[in-house]
Amino acid sequence: MKKFTEDHEWVSVDGDIATIGITAHAAEQLGDVVFVELPDVGKSFGQKDEMAVVESVKAASDVYAPISGEIVEINNDIVDEPAKVNEDPDGAAWFVKIKLSDASELDKLMDEAAYKEFAK
Amino acid sequence: MTDETLKKLPLDAIHRELGGKMVPFAGYEMPVQYPLGVMKEHLHVREKAGLFDVSHMGQAWLTTKAGPLGTAEAHKAIAETIEQLVPGEIQKLATGRIRYTVLLNEEGGVLDDLMITRPSTEEDQGRLFLVVNAAVKDQDFALIREKLGHIAILDVMEDRALLALQGPLAAEILSTFIPEAESMPFMSSIDTFFDGMPIGLSRCGYTGEDGYELSVPAEEAELVARRLIDHVAVEPIGLGARDSLRLEAGLCLYGHDMDTATSPVEANLNFSIGKRRREEGDFPGAERILKDLKEGTGRLRVGLKPEGRAPAREGTEIQSPDGKTIGTVTSGGFGPTYGGPLAMGYVDAAFAEEGAGVMLIVRGKPVPASVVPTPFVPQRYYRGKK
Repeated sequence: MKKFTEDHEWVSVDGDIATIGITAHAAEQLGDVVFVELPDVGKSFGQKDEMAVVESVKAASDVYAPISGEIVEINNDIVDEPAKVNEDPDGAAWFVKIKLSDASELDKLMDEAAYKEFAK
Repeated sequence: MTDETLKKLPLDAIHRELGGKMVPFAGYEMPVQYPLGVMKEHLHVREKAGLFDVSHMGQAWLTTKAGPLGTAEAHKAIAETIEQLVPGEIQKLATGRIRYTVLLNEEGGVLDDLMITRPSTEEDQGRLFLVVNAAVKDQDFALIREKLGHIAILDVMEDRALLALQGPLAAEILSTFIPEAESMPFMSSIDTFFDGMPIGLSRCGYTGEDGYELSVPAEEAELVARRLIDHVAVEPIGLGARDSLRLEAGLCLYGHDMDTATSPVEANLNFSIGKRRREEGDFPGAERILKDLKEGTGRLRVGLKPEGRAPAREGTEIQSPDGKTIGTVTSGGFGPTYGGPLAMGYVDAAFAEEGAGVMLIVRGKPVPASVVPTPFVPQRYYRGKK
C-alpha cells in the first residue's frame, strides 16, 4: 500500500522496509530533472528531515523523509540518469529504501484517494 | 505583489491557449514554460526556432527638441543627449544599427543594460529607439525624463508588443514574411511590414542564436504571433528556457549578474564603453570606470564550470581552494546544450584567470569548479554572407 505526504513524496512499505520516491505530480511540476543527490546508506533521518535533493533546469527542490529510519539502499540509477525521475517516478525511479523506526508514523500520511484530492 | 496588481501581456490569451504555465515576473503574468518543458524548449531554439513574448520589456522613443528632425545634426544632438547617461558610442552609430550599452549612476554603477537603435529612415534622424529591462523600466524612464527632459522628449510605447524569433531557422522562416529580413546584419534594424502592418524589425536577441525582435502594435501582436507559431519549425518558448539560453550564451541578466553597485568593467562589459567615450570621460561615474579600466578591478565576472553534475545556483558562495571566501555565483543552473551545470559569478581578480580552480559551496559541501571563458555555447549571430 502506498502512502503520500503533503510534500509530494510517496512511501510503499514491505515488512519493515519502506521504499520512497516522489509523485508523478511532483515530477511533472519540477519539469526535466537534471540532478539528483541521495543520502549515504547507513544515514538516519527523522520524519520530515531533508533527505535528498532533486533539481530541474529551473530550480532545486528538497525531498523530505516521509518517515523516520535508516537508509538501507539508494537508487543510483537516478543519480546516473536523472531523466528517469520524469519517466517513471512511481516505479523504477524510486529514491531510497529506509528501515522503519516507527511504523505508526505512516498513519499520519495520506492514502492515494486523499493525496489525489490534495494534489488537485 | 498580489495577482490583482500583475499586468497582462498583449498575448496573454495565446499563452494560456498554448498551455503556458503563468508565473509573476517583473510585474507581469508571464509564461515560464509550455507543455514542451524547459529542456526541450531550450534545445528547440538551438536546433530550429522559438518564439518569445518579451513585451514586458520597456520600449521608448527619445526625440531631440533641438532643431528639425531628419538631419545628421539632429542625430548628433540626440546622441549627445543619451550619451549623458550611457558610456556607449552613439554619435558614430550608423543609421539602422543597434548598440548594447548600460545606463549608469553617478558612481559608475549599472542602473540597467539596454539596446539603443538609430533609425534607418532619414526622417527619423534625431530620434533613438530604446529597449530596457522590464523590472527597472519605470525608474529608467523616470531618470531619462529627469535628466534629459529639458532637451529631449521620451515617448514610452505602452501599446507595443515585442516578439523575439530566435534560432538557426529564424532567418529562413521570417524571410517568407519579410524578404529583406534575410540579409540584415546582426545588430541592425529596419522599419518594415509584416502582412501589411508596419513593424520595427531588429536582428538581435538574447539567446546566443541568430534571430530577430519584432516591435509590433499590441492589437496586432496576436496575428503576428499566430502566423509565426503556425510554422511547423516554431515553438513558443517560456522564461525558463530564455534564462538557460542566455546563461549558456554568457549574457548578463540585470538585477542578478549586475546591479547598481557593479561597474561595467567588473561585469566584463568593456565593449559597452566606446573608445571615444573613454578618451573624453564624459559619462556618469567616469572617474571610477576609467580607473577600473586602467588599473583593473578587485573582482570580475567570470564563467564557472562545476565538476560533476550538481548545479550551483544564484547566491552560492565561491571559495578559494584553501577555503577563503572569494565571491558569489550570480546566475547558475544546468545548460541543456552545454550538457552540464554552468554558472556565472564574481570572483576576486586573483582568481579571474581562465583555468583557475575554485570551490563552490553547494548545500554546505565544496564542489570544485574552474573559471572558464564565456560563452559556454558558441554564439551564432549573422555577420553577413560568407
